[in-house]
Amino acid sequence: MNAFSYVRPRTLSDGLRLLRSGASALAGGTDLLGLMKDGLARPELLVDLTGIEGLRGWSRAKGKGLRIGALTPLVELEEAEELHRAMPILRESLRDAATLQLRTMGTVGGNLLQRNRCWYFRDQATACWLKGGTKCFAVEGENRLHAILGAHECVAVAPSDLVPALIAYDAEIALASSRGRRTMKLADLYVAPHGRERREHVLRPGELITEVRVSESALARKGAFQKAMERKAWSFALVSVAAAARIERGVARDVRLVLGGVAPIPWRVVAAERGLEGSGFDEAACAEAADRALQGAAPLRDNGYKLPLARELVRRTLRSLVV
Amino acid sequence: MTRITVTVNGAREETAVEAHESLLTTLRERLGLPGSKNACEQGECGSCSVLLDDVLVCACLVLAASVDGREVRTVESLADGSALDPVQRAFVETGAVQCGFCTPGLVVATHALLRENPEPSLAEIREALSGNLCRCTGYGQIVEAVQRAAKTMYLHGLDDE
Repeated sequence: MNAFSYVRPRTLSDGLRLLRSGASALAGGTDLLGLMKDGLARPELLVDLTGIEGLRGWSRAKGKGLRIGALTPLVELEEAEELHRAMPILRESLRDAATLQLRTMGTVGGNLLQRNRCWYFRDQATACWLKGGTKCFAVEGENRLHAILGAHECVAVAPSDLVPALIAYDAEIALASSRGRRTMKLADLYVAPHGRERREHVLRPGELITEVRVSESALARKGAFQKAMERKAWSFALVSVAAAARIERGVARDVRLVLGGVAPIPWRVVAAERGLEGSGFDEAACAEAADRALQGAAPLRDNGYKLPLARELVRRTLRSLVV
Repeated sequence: MTRITVTVNGAREETAVEAHESLLTTLRERLGLPGSKNACEQGECGSCSVLLDDVLVCACLVLAASVDGREVRTVESLADGSALDPVQRAFVETGAVQCGFCTPGLVVATHALLRENPEPSLAEIREALSGNLCRCTGYGQIVEAVQRAAKTMYLHGLDDE
């Protein structure tokens, strides 16, 4: 690890002031410290956010939806019974994420901003395109775990399990910096690295995610999450699928379908959602949506298996909303 | 260097640490507690599992500077002199130890599990310990050890009442 200074501010405004250029924000540390140990992040100053009051925990005020503080440990979202009743997909998506130790340490904000797991990106000695090099080594190299959809210069995939689940509920994020505050749709945070955008998200320098919000109307949706892994535990998703819909008298409204592990961003498939609108998630509708979800897929040498895997996982996840 | 005060296994410790130093390094190299093992350094293997404010974490991914004023419990807190605690005894009795490197982390993780869930199912045991990798035993005896420890601790709890 490089040499750095360490500060642990007590207030958000102090934290934001300290986040000048060359500084990195530290929350659970499960991704950042690994990156620093591997020389992939070299901050001069580490601003430890864990001492800041008010960014941890969640609340659901009547009619005002759900608010989840960015510093809330993942395990809290997974274990809180009241939250499980309000939004069961949170536990479903976190249950198979990482390990218990990493979920007790890891935070919601950190999960949303974790870097990709491409082995070329994670290898300090490899100057891949995303790190400023000239080429993506995965395109012609080992690409078993890489993108089949939506990739440009970089074929790494969006790794989070929680994020597709949140996007299926139209989650918004609140952002703060020393210059002000803004909100955006969580889905808009992510960008497929391309051209001059050699990054996975559009968070500005010095900006923090402070909160995740899910509206009351979205909480009325029924949701489902499924994840395919290489083994039954402690594995990133080969493919994950989050689906949600408001189901009234057997008819689906506000359908959302979001895939993880298949594209550089959480892959929301509006065409498939539209096809399911007004359906009853019957076999035929789910199978057609699964086909639509994979439209335009361009597998690499070693990841063609993701196509049938994703198709079947989409079909099953959608069906599980009604059976 | 930063000075920190941390309660380790019930005792107040004051020590100076580097900014980049992990809690694991502090425990092993400054506080004379080598029970927590240093293996992957990336939070992937669980061999450095400790309880930080009663929460199971990987000490390799915790900055020592960040534990100022907090409480840490390591595997060294479990045995009473030479008398092993029920989890440690169960690991010995079922042969859940081969090279032994993963054992302290597994023992701490087992404590964290049984405290929350005194009668875990097989699936719950496997899930709770999935962050603790063992490359020797194949996990069969480890699961058996957890079941045995659960039974002992449960019966012991009944004796106390």
